[in-house]
Amino acid sequence: MRVTFTVNGRRHEADDVWEGESLLYVLRERMGLPGSKNACEQGECGSCTVRLDGLPVCACLVAAGQVEGRDVVTVEGLADYAARREERAGNAEFAGSNANDPASGAGSGASAADEQRWTPKGAGPGSGTRLAPVQQAFIDAGAVQCGFCTPGLLVAADELIERNARPSDADIREALSGNLCRCTGYEKILDAVRLAAARADSGPAGSAEPEEAR
Amino acid sequence: MEFLRPADWQEALAAKAEHPAAVPIAGGTDVMVELNFDHRRPGHLLDLNRVAELHEWEVGEEYVRLGASVPYARIIERLRAELPGLALAAHTVGSPQIRNRGSVGGNLGAASPAGDSHPPLLAAGAEVEAESVRGTRRIPVEDFYTGVKRNALADDELIKWVHVRKATGPQQFAKIGTRNAMVIALCGFAVALHPEDRTVQAAVGSAAPTPFRAYAAEEFVTAALADAGLWDSGAPLPESLLRRFGELCSGACNPIDDVRGSARYRRHAVGVMARRTLGWVWDAHRGAHSDDEGGAQCA
Repeated sequence: MRVTFTVNGRRHEADDVWEGESLLYVLRERMGLPGSKNACEQGECGSCTVRLDGLPVCACLVAAGQVEGRDVVTVEGLADYAARREERAGNAEFAGSNANDPASGAGSGASAADEQRWTPKGAGPGSGTRLAPVQQAFIDAGAVQCGFCTPGLLVAADELIERNARPSDADIREALSGNLCRCTGYEKILDAVRLAAARADSGPAGSAEPEEAR
Repeated sequence: MEFLRPADWQEALAAKAEHPAAVPIAGGTDVMVELNFDHRRPGHLLDLNRVAELHEWEVGEEYVRLGASVPYARIIERLRAELPGLALAAHTVGSPQIRNRGSVGGNLGAASPAGDSHPPLLAAGAEVEAESVRGTRRIPVEDFYTGVKRNALADDELIKWVHVRKATGPQQFAKIGTRNAMVIALCGFAVALHPEDRTVQAAVGSAAPTPFRAYAAEEFVTAALADAGLWDSGAPLPESLLRRFGELCSGACNPIDDVRGSARYRRHAVGVMARRTLGWVWDAHRGAHSDDEGGAQCA
């Protein structure tokens, strides 16, 4: 069957989709978007977390046919998604600081080619690459080790900060309770989410350290 | 395989009548696991996502009419006051990602003895409204579970609503597992006080082939509360009463040994949960709720 839906702000079409196929398979194998990871295929690990009409879900548990006409955001589109959110909030300055390429700003979304070309290049971690604030915070806090769980954690953490600007540790733990990491022991991941939340809360520049926020 | 996408309820019923073996899929949190692991290869998947009324609920005088596909996350957010036991149980289901998709209708359709919705539905009082092209019927939830992963639905029926009695007193839910998230219940327990008719309902999950009400324990505590005049006096429950209630709930179990735990452990744990949760709801009823014995919210 053919499935048509929006991924990262852009309309995508997939043909010859098997009726029992998951959204995760369509994203990875048919659309060339391997950011969402395939690990447990049973909703245990959260490494395939994407936003479906805004809600974080496990892409492995959504049938491809169920996303017809709906809106999906994957980790490949997270920077754009965060930038557009800031613009909507009337914070053009912040969005600008996170969007090195102004052409792909409001509403247009990342192109498929952009998404597939995504690679963290540059002199240092994250430099020369447009990142969502939560992605930068993961780099800065050293919250990435093997990196397999990272895309799912980024999508979940970004959604948490979107709806709760000042999450408590309990809020963070609950929001990330569906995402398994087998490397870091979670402490640095929690640090990263606290850092991202503190930066977002400290103002449009989005660059203040938590200490400076006071 | 064919993917059926009915646009509304009537189309869904017609599709189910035409393809009685079609597997309904709403949140997909059970069905997709079976497909991903090749445990199931149905001829037809019946997608219920486009049937709008399944995502709706209505709070009535005595009952909440809950759409079969209302995700657990909505129940936690919006129905905590009316359905406190179910909201507590919903909060222990899977993870945020799962709670955004999974629903009570799915729990009932799967009819796993470990489904977290079942004990609070049994304790609150609930009826499952099933419909087919032949008509509609309401099945008391006690009669809905017919065996391990088996329920009372006919092949052409779909679950439309679950009618859950609104709480008139405190309700509690407890569950045993290895962590606070992503845990299939080793065993679960729900208790509801019904002050308006001075009864107590209690139900157990994952400790018998089906979820069940602990009738002997309910009758014991309902009689004991009346005999000692506790509804009027509002006195604390005697330790002996709590202990006996726990023993009766344990005794009603018919558990198995499996990978998650032993039958002996399940029976013991049900007794402990029963004793504690009855204490919590009674303290809440007396307006002297204390958190002395834990009661931490599950993630």
